[in-house]
Amino acid sequence: MQEKNLSSNNFEQCIKCTICTAYCPVVAVNPAYPGPKQGGPDGERLRLKNKYFFDENLKYCMNCKRCEVACPSGVKIADLIHSARRRYSVETPGLRDRVLAGTDFMGKAARPVAPLVNAVMSSKVVKDVLDVMMDIDRNRKFPKYKAKGFVSWFRKNAQAKQEGYSRQVAFFHGCSTEFQHPEVGQAFVKVMNAVGIGVQLLDEKCCGVAMVSNGLWAGAARHARHNVSVFKEAVAKGLPIVGVSSTCIFTMRDEYPDILEVDNSEVRDSITLVERYLFELVDSGQVKLVFKKDYRARIAYHIPCHMEKLGWSLFTKALVQMIPGVSLTVLDSSCCGMAGTYGFKKENYKYSQAIGEHLFGQIKALSPDFVCCECETCKWQIEMSTGRTVLNPIVILADALDVDATIAANAAPAAAAAPAAADAIDG
Amino acid sequence: MRAEFDVIIIGGGITGAGTARDCALRGLRVLLVERHDIATGATGRNHGLLHSGARYAVTDRESAAECIKENMILKNIARHCVDDTSGLFITLPEDDLDYQAVFVKSCLAAGIKAEVIDPKEAIRMEPSVNPSLIGAVKVPDGSVDPFRLCASNVLDAKLHGAKVLVYSEVTEFIKDGDTVRGVKVLDHRTGEVSEYYAPVTVNAGGIWGHRLAGMAGVNVGMFPAKGSLLIFAHRVNNVVINRCRKPANADILVPGDTVCIIGTTSTRVPYEECDNMAATPAEVDLLLTEGAKLAPGLAHTRILRAYAGVRPLVSADNDPSGRNISRGIVLLDHEERDGVKGFITITGGKLMTYRLMAQMASDAVCRKLRINADCITARTPLPGSRPGGLEKVARKIWEVPTTVQKAVVGRVGTRAATLSPEDDYAGSLVCECEEVPVSEVDAAIERMDVHNLVDLRRRTRVGMGTCQGELCACRAAGRMAQASGCTAKARADLKSFINERWKGMYPVGWGDTLRESAYTQWVYSEVLGLNGKI
Repeated sequence: MQEKNLSSNNFEQCIKCTICTAYCPVVAVNPAYPGPKQGGPDGERLRLKNKYFFDENLKYCMNCKRCEVACPSGVKIADLIHSARRRYSVETPGLRDRVLAGTDFMGKAARPVAPLVNAVMSSKVVKDVLDVMMDIDRNRKFPKYKAKGFVSWFRKNAQAKQEGYSRQVAFFHGCSTEFQHPEVGQAFVKVMNAVGIGVQLLDEKCCGVAMVSNGLWAGAARHARHNVSVFKEAVAKGLPIVGVSSTCIFTMRDEYPDILEVDNSEVRDSITLVERYLFELVDSGQVKLVFKKDYRARIAYHIPCHMEKLGWSLFTKALVQMIPGVSLTVLDSSCCGMAGTYGFKKENYKYSQAIGEHLFGQIKALSPDFVCCECETCKWQIEMSTGRTVLNPIVILADALDVDATIAANAAPAAAAAPAAADAIDG
Repeated sequence: MRAEFDVIIIGGGITGAGTARDCALRGLRVLLVERHDIATGATGRNHGLLHSGARYAVTDRESAAECIKENMILKNIARHCVDDTSGLFITLPEDDLDYQAVFVKSCLAAGIKAEVIDPKEAIRMEPSVNPSLIGAVKVPDGSVDPFRLCASNVLDAKLHGAKVLVYSEVTEFIKDGDTVRGVKVLDHRTGEVSEYYAPVTVNAGGIWGHRLAGMAGVNVGMFPAKGSLLIFAHRVNNVVINRCRKPANADILVPGDTVCIIGTTSTRVPYEECDNMAATPAEVDLLLTEGAKLAPGLAHTRILRAYAGVRPLVSADNDPSGRNISRGIVLLDHEERDGVKGFITITGGKLMTYRLMAQMASDAVCRKLRINADCITARTPLPGSRPGGLEKVARKIWEVPTTVQKAVVGRVGTRAATLSPEDDYAGSLVCECEEVPVSEVDAAIERMDVHNLVDLRRRTRVGMGTCQGELCACRAAGRMAQASGCTAKARADLKSFINERWKGMYPVGWGDTLRESAYTQWVYSEVLGLNGKI
């Protein structure tokens, strides 16, 4: 008998129950995609025999990880698929894929001429040209670049007073906060400062998720190594790494070791999302949040796929429900279809919209004041497809926060109670 | 009913199948009779090692020289059955490194290209190998799919006019004085007994040839040596790994199709037990312990099943294990040996040398028939084995082959062109683990003497994957019912198939294999509602 019979080959734990395929959003709409079971554990046996059995159609995997969330045997199915793409794909990423994957490069290039870029990218003629020349679907709406980024706002308006706080966090703002949605970073700073926590920036690079999706493995691994080394310095100083985008945080915690083979074990447990970080502080009595009495909103919460994978949506739910005037509806757990850069691509556009259809219908029927969601690309997809505004939960919290009352509540000595019970809950 | 042939061959293992093909290619009217399905005996119960001959180089040079010759022939005529993986003979710290020099010298003398390589190079070549090795020799070993090889020989025999009877048992030899004139055959499926006549009858019954010979009034002393093997759920190694020492237990790890196989043990068993072999717990332990010395990863790799077979060795001396009996070919002309005319026995030998055995037997048949016909099997590819590698063949048929199409080509070679799925249904999967589509299953049922799900498994690999029939068995039973028009029979067949799969899983029923079987049971009894009803 084998004493340690838990296979070192994780895919062998698959007992072929096929629940992963039942939960795969892509299989349901795209017959060319073999699905997580066939492309993952089943295909891996064939690929181990001969790499010729690799199926390029695995590129249709959105890496939403819903298969892994569904799997009762703990098989890392999407990791198997992406590792196979990394090892065996002979298709090289084209210009389109490189442009879509270069979130930080494109952001920096577009910023000085942001109004022009935004205007150009909204033009029908340009969209038609992109569709024909670059296979970026003409129906896709592009997120707007901001002329002033988050970091320059922070340096000018916030940095000076951060040292004054006794507790500090390192903020991983991510590309979308820097280039498209600086208000998310501003909200983060507002909330953190109100509860008495100072914010420090990191010398961060894009987390690399878009490069993983587009097959730019070497670039993604380079970013991963850079970020991990920067995080190590922060962690050495006792700072947790807190972010606002569920996808960035998920990528840096799990994709770095599992797909890119970059060791993040020293820092992984310190990488967290602001909702979890804040909830744990509130829950353990270390900080207090006081909200405006007149804040009213009917909010629908869409849980992004990577948030499902992290298993942290309960933190967001609990925090938003702390706001007295909020009525929160949690939408059915389903993928919006965007999956980062996936939905931009012409070959994926119709599948992307078909995948999101259920979600869009539910939002339209509910007609909330706005949708709450931690992921920026879900935001772009839902806003484009439903016409509803989507806000990051930290923006909602910042809007609803009674800043003066919160500062006062946290200044009181009672707030400094309770030790670090935060360790008790770990993803 | 009376039917005349030039030759009757008894035994649908690889030897009988090869002989049937050889005789048919020489233009003879051939009858092949098999009491179960083809490849049910030792043919289907071995490593599937395409020997370079290195294993026998030191102890049995004649066998070694035969092996390397046949090895090179099979790489040409049975491309779709063979995987040219190459092999390693490794020396571990507890082995005598001096043996390596003797080994290499013997290999070279037998015509086997044996090359001493640096242990580090061996690890680069095969990363799963035990990293504590102190010596390595590279040899032209490979793997061969015995089911596919046997079925291809039968198919080609049929394409050249041979008649094949499966589930048909020879119950009596029809003799005229001291001459065998033919056989009485009981069809187990219909219960009918028929008589078949031919001037020559060939006993290719393997270990069961002992009993056949007795029935014909001659004595062939066989030495039943049981060997047990374990199948791991995927390929741990892509290069055959052997121990560089005198042949012993569990010292060969062969990558075969999607799995890898460790074996074997060797124990003499009573002749009466040959029909009912199973691996014992002690053998499983031995295989695991010794196997992990070749590739440590085996200690925690999922095992799909355990099985055992009986080597058809011919008695020579009092060797209690049978290890030292020659694997050499034994051709007996019973007219010369025992005075029984029209009857020959071809035995001994091994899977590797089946073609040579068939050639020798067919030559003897032709001598008896006074026919002058040359053997062409050494240069005539089997059906599906026309030139071109997997990729080239697949691309010739489909512009961009899917994984399923690639898998079909991997199994049937150039014959895949005739199995091209016509619609989505024909292209959909029966077996997901091995990627076997409906079109391949239907073609096997129609053309390859498939009478039950176990036969189908031997032709197509349906049910050989990780799930061991969990998902594919009921679908395959559906295709069988479609073909036969009998649902009740298909349901009974489904039950016996699932039980046959369980028989192999039982000796290794722990970990994920146990979870899988529990889940399978739940699917069949609770979801499909077949509990006690089939």
